[in-house]
Amino acid sequence: MTGNHQTLALLLFSAFVAVTLGITTWVSRNRQGSEEEFYVGGRLFSPMENGFAIAGDYMSAASFLGISGLIALYGYDGLLYSVGFLVAWLVVLFLVAELVRNCGRFTLADVVAARMRERPVRIAAGTSSVTVSVLYLVAQMVGAGSLVALLLGNTSEAAQSWAVIGVGALMVIYVSFGGMRATTWIQIVKAVLLLAGTIALTVLVLLRFHGDFDRLLLTAAERSGHGTAFLAPGLKYGGDWTARFDFMSLGLALVLGTAGLPHILSRFYTVPTARAARRSVVWSIGLIGGFYLMTIVLGFGAAAVVGPDAVRGSNAAGNTAVPLLALDLGGGAGTTGGTVLFAIVAAVAFATILAVVAGITLASSASVAHDLYASLRRRDAKPRSEVAVARAAAFGIGVLAIALGLLARDLNVAFLVGLAFAVAASANLPVLLYSLFWRGFTTRGAVWAVYGGLVPALVLVVLSPVVSGSPESLFPGVDIQYFPLQNPGLVSIPLGFLAGWLGTVTSAEVADEARHAETEVRSLTGAGAV
Amino acid sequence: MRYEDPWYDALASGWGEPGTAGTRGAEVPAARRERKDREDGAVAAAQVYLEVQRSAAFQEVRSRYRRFVGPAVAGFFLWYVAYVVTATAAPGFMARPVAGAVNVALLAGLGQFLSTFLLTWAYARHARLRRDRAALELRWDTQELTRGARGGAL
Repeated sequence: MTGNHQTLALLLFSAFVAVTLGITTWVSRNRQGSEEEFYVGGRLFSPMENGFAIAGDYMSAASFLGISGLIALYGYDGLLYSVGFLVAWLVVLFLVAELVRNCGRFTLADVVAARMRERPVRIAAGTSSVTVSVLYLVAQMVGAGSLVALLLGNTSEAAQSWAVIGVGALMVIYVSFGGMRATTWIQIVKAVLLLAGTIALTVLVLLRFHGDFDRLLLTAAERSGHGTAFLAPGLKYGGDWTARFDFMSLGLALVLGTAGLPHILSRFYTVPTARAARRSVVWSIGLIGGFYLMTIVLGFGAAAVVGPDAVRGSNAAGNTAVPLLALDLGGGAGTTGGTVLFAIVAAVAFATILAVVAGITLASSASVAHDLYASLRRRDAKPRSEVAVARAAAFGIGVLAIALGLLARDLNVAFLVGLAFAVAASANLPVLLYSLFWRGFTTRGAVWAVYGGLVPALVLVVLSPVVSGSPESLFPGVDIQYFPLQNPGLVSIPLGFLAGWLGTVTSAEVADEARHAETEVRSLTGAGAV
Repeated sequence: MRYEDPWYDALASGWGEPGTAGTRGAEVPAARRERKDREDGAVAAAQVYLEVQRSAAFQEVRSRYRRFVGPAVAGFFLWYVAYVVTATAAPGFMARPVAGAVNVALLAGLGQFLSTFLLTWAYARHARLRRDRAALELRWDTQELTRGARGGAL
């Protein structure tokens, strides 16, 4: 590879950074720092804008690079990810989006706290939201590090560290100066760029095979060396039953986790009504579905055009399959077309990471300021504006994410994302569904549901083969591995639901009929919604 | 639909009208009276939500929502779980070829995409045609009632 594509990619990426910083300055002029403005951008986005922003928030580098890479290496087993990531949106559309928009103001805890004693519930929901966000952030930071290593053509630790620090600094700037308005526009720009890049590559792959999808699949199967087994499940998650249960666990976490992700929930507050929230989810399902269909073509395309061996040679986890595919489709290394396409793909992937981390940082700073700080501050303390606290929280979370991102540099990105989804599904989803749909749900039930999902999920990860007990784990020298699966979802999600039920039936408190009525009426009609 | 309308009672109490409050509130400190009225208002507003919840119009909206969402959630969730379990437990079945390079697994995967798009479309249509209008009317009615119950202070 020559240095040309690196220079061009850096140039394109700098242009993106310049544009996004311009957006941040532009939207933050003449704005008073009200909470309404900072957390939800004044609630004035249109469904289409919000749909693009949701898609921009959701389509992370892990899906763009990770899923296509997995398909390129393992064939059909990578495709299972795409399906889980998309089907999850039905849970959001049917059970969560409209009702949450109607009941809450800024965060997940708003919805639950409306029916319960506020303090314990806010602390619990705030803690789990911040935990989920930090896990997800670390995944994106690690992705940024690996991407820059690829881009600069060397894997020097200093370059990776600087990439992580740079991404962290940029996201703190976007969030603390621009709030939700800047974050949303950055996500919209990124969604358009990412979709345009993906469409271009997909068309080029299909042109290469003269529009014959069948030929594409057969070529991919042939080059993979696995024959038709490449087109069927089992290459990655076949084998023993531990691996199979691990996959089922992951599948469950993917489909239930999306509805518990704080940065996705907060997007529904940026539109004026529940109807607009529904229409934005319909937009985003269309965009996300189309995107994942194209990643399938790109994945099999990379297997057919580049070949799994070349992909594996560049990055063992397959994360570089799409950039390599772009290089080949443009005419190969050293040609102008190849250089340009490679640079575009790399810059788009960078933009993707920046937009996603900005969204997560904003959501978690809202949880810190609106839920944790508001509940935990001393009564006699000097009152500060919530927005000032949120800005400081964004900075603190940025520092924490940079530090963890540097520590976790060698962990697999897709694994970290799966973990964040598992924690979200175990800790956030049960409490949300119970408070929206269960008449008898009580404060104790709410608190138990959160911790009863959060603690087992985290403990099971510590006891899993990811942390210790095998040569690939984080601490290969230690052995505290008692739990066989890498993803805790299969156990911890049912535990979260069970704990919420148990807490409710054992509590002496009787659920407040009137407040349940208020939640139900408000959630379905939008009465009193802000 | 009929609610017991606390709107007129609240008006009669005269909260928020400086003229009457000043003359009648001579013996009670004004701040305390206002707070008491506000608490009464909150209780009355809670009563409004209970009444709306019991009204036939609301129950119709709720049951339309639940009659669609319940079966739809059960349907797509079972279909997804069946897909994941089959893919992991019976890869041999999934590998069975159908036409050319396309096998059962590929058809099932694309089927998941297709069913997601179809259900999204069906839900949006159902909500638009069967729920939105009634929900909006209930929203205005409820807000009017709670505003009345809170003595016009909202």
